Amino acid sequence: MAQSTTRGKAQLWVYAGLVILFLLPLILPRFYIYLASIILLTGLLATSLNFVLGYGGIFQFHHAVFYGVGAYATALMLTRSDFSPWLGFIVGPFIAGLLSLVMGLICIRLSKLYFGMLQISLGSLVWIIVYRWYSFTGGDDGIHGVPLPDIISSPNSAYYFTLIVTAISLFVMYKIIKSPFGSVLQGIRDNPVRSEMIGINVKRHQLLALIIAGFFAGVAGSLFVVVDNTAFPDMLFWTLSLEVLIMCLLGGWFTFLGPMLGAAIIIALRTFISTYTTYWALVLGVLMMLVIFFLPNGVLGYVEEKIKKGFIEPVIKE
Amino acid sequence: MLEVKSLSKSFDGFKAVNNANLDVQKGEIVAVIGPNGAGKTTLFNLITGILRPDSGTVHFKGENITGLPPYKVCRKRISRSFQVVNIFPRLTVFENVQVSILSREKKTWNLFTPSSKLVTDETSQILENVGLVEKRDRTTALLSHGDRKVLEIAMALGGDPEFLILDEPTAGMAPEETARCIELVKSLSGKLGLTILFCEHDMEIVFGIADRIMVMVRGATIVQGSCDEVRCNEAVQDAYLGGSDVCLM
Repeated sequence: MAQSTTRGKAQLWVYAGLVILFLLPLILPRFYIYLASIILLTGLLATSLNFVLGYGGIFQFHHAVFYGVGAYATALMLTRSDFSPWLGFIVGPFIAGLLSLVMGLICIRLSKLYFGMLQISLGSLVWIIVYRWYSFTGGDDGIHGVPLPDIISSPNSAYYFTLIVTAISLFVMYKIIKSPFGSVLQGIRDNPVRSEMIGINVKRHQLLALIIAGFFAGVAGSLFVVVDNTAFPDMLFWTLSLEVLIMCLLGGWFTFLGPMLGAAIIIALRTFISTYTTYWALVLGVLMMLVIFFLPNGVLGYVEEKIKKGFIEPVIKE
Repeated sequence: MLEVKSLSKSFDGFKAVNNANLDVQKGEIVAVIGPNGAGKTTLFNLITGILRPDSGTVHFKGENITGLPPYKVCRKRISRSFQVVNIFPRLTVFENVQVSILSREKKTWNLFTPSSKLVTDETSQILENVGLVEKRDRTTALLSHGDRKVLEIAMALGGDPEFLILDEPTAGMAPEETARCIELVKSLSGKLGLTILFCEHDMEIVFGIADRIMVMVRGATIVQGSCDEVRCNEAVQDAYLGGSDVCLM
């Protein structure tokens, strides 16, 4: 009983949050709407990483590759092809998912840190291709001024588009985590040997999880094209991957919405602190140390713990 | 039902299992005993595919299963529990068993039906059988050691096995927990008709529930036979008692 009421409350919070997000453009100036869009899509990127990191226990160290590739695929479709622009938004995530499959097939032979190291190397390979292939990707100039369909070209409509797509993507990922596949994935995270001994083909399940995560990272990349009209090589650089990883840890990597919260905190900090000093990363570093020492489960993980204690303790007293 | 022939496995030249032979008939309870380091757990790892043997064969119901990966062995309806507790620490008791059933029912590729609606009755049934039903919503990291060992068995049962391998099911248990566990093992054999292969250090338990016993010393099978045959066997006395004439137990 207690559990279902907390779940109900959590649901209520999510609906309330969605309503507030929908009303934001009515009150906030343009810059903040842009910022909110960036937070949403980066949060989606972080959530997709957390799908394999927090729920799958796979050390995906170079997740930004799929984000960048999704963005580039969409941007290239929009600038260089005559197909319907909407097709670009579908192709982007699929290309990212496909790349995830290819990289996954190679990396999945290794586990834990070795997986992560190989992934960084392969990801960097993709980055250097994008960075150097001037004739196709525009090299270090990136792609600018991507033409968008009229309906999503204004900042407010881009925001709504981002909000809706992000909400749907999060909903789908949440559904998957709660499905048998999600249960199995968490089992594999906890104990791969045992998972195999109860009849689960561990590598294949991990591979599908990687494809799903890559796909949604691609969705985030496509959304970036909508919000910013650009795609550039830094989107695939490993420092961004690290930043996204920090978002997951900061927000709470065993909670579903933690990465979204982490994204909001980090992007807000970067934006506001960098108006005072260029050393904003210093603040982030100190913050990260404090989190690791005092909130090892992240901000949202801490809140969740408090809430759970609230309803478990009375039961024990009985 | 299970037939192991001259199975061998060495690690860096150390022969952990060296010419092990074992044969288990349907419906039997067979115990593997031997001093520490005799290779009992390695033998179980070889049978269940966690390790690949260097030589020798494992046949299950006439089918060669030597060197199959663990998940395929499991699909032949061979389940096992582990000596060192091997569960999903972040999932609840209920989910631990549920995952095992979902896996057997081949529902693990289902992406959109909520797990909470699937195989719940069967999961509850298993938890009830093993006596963990009151702790179903607890995270397994919070269970006592004894309960975790029982959960081990419950997860193995989730695979609806015909053949159950238990690696020291009562290791580290308090006496009353041990008694409960023995009752459980007996009822599994009696009620569900499972064939059970287990290893155990407590001779009282071994001679109490096993139909037949296989003795391993330094990786090799030295004898397999009924309790009485094993009890007064000279080689066994040598291994356990250093060559006195006293029978075990």
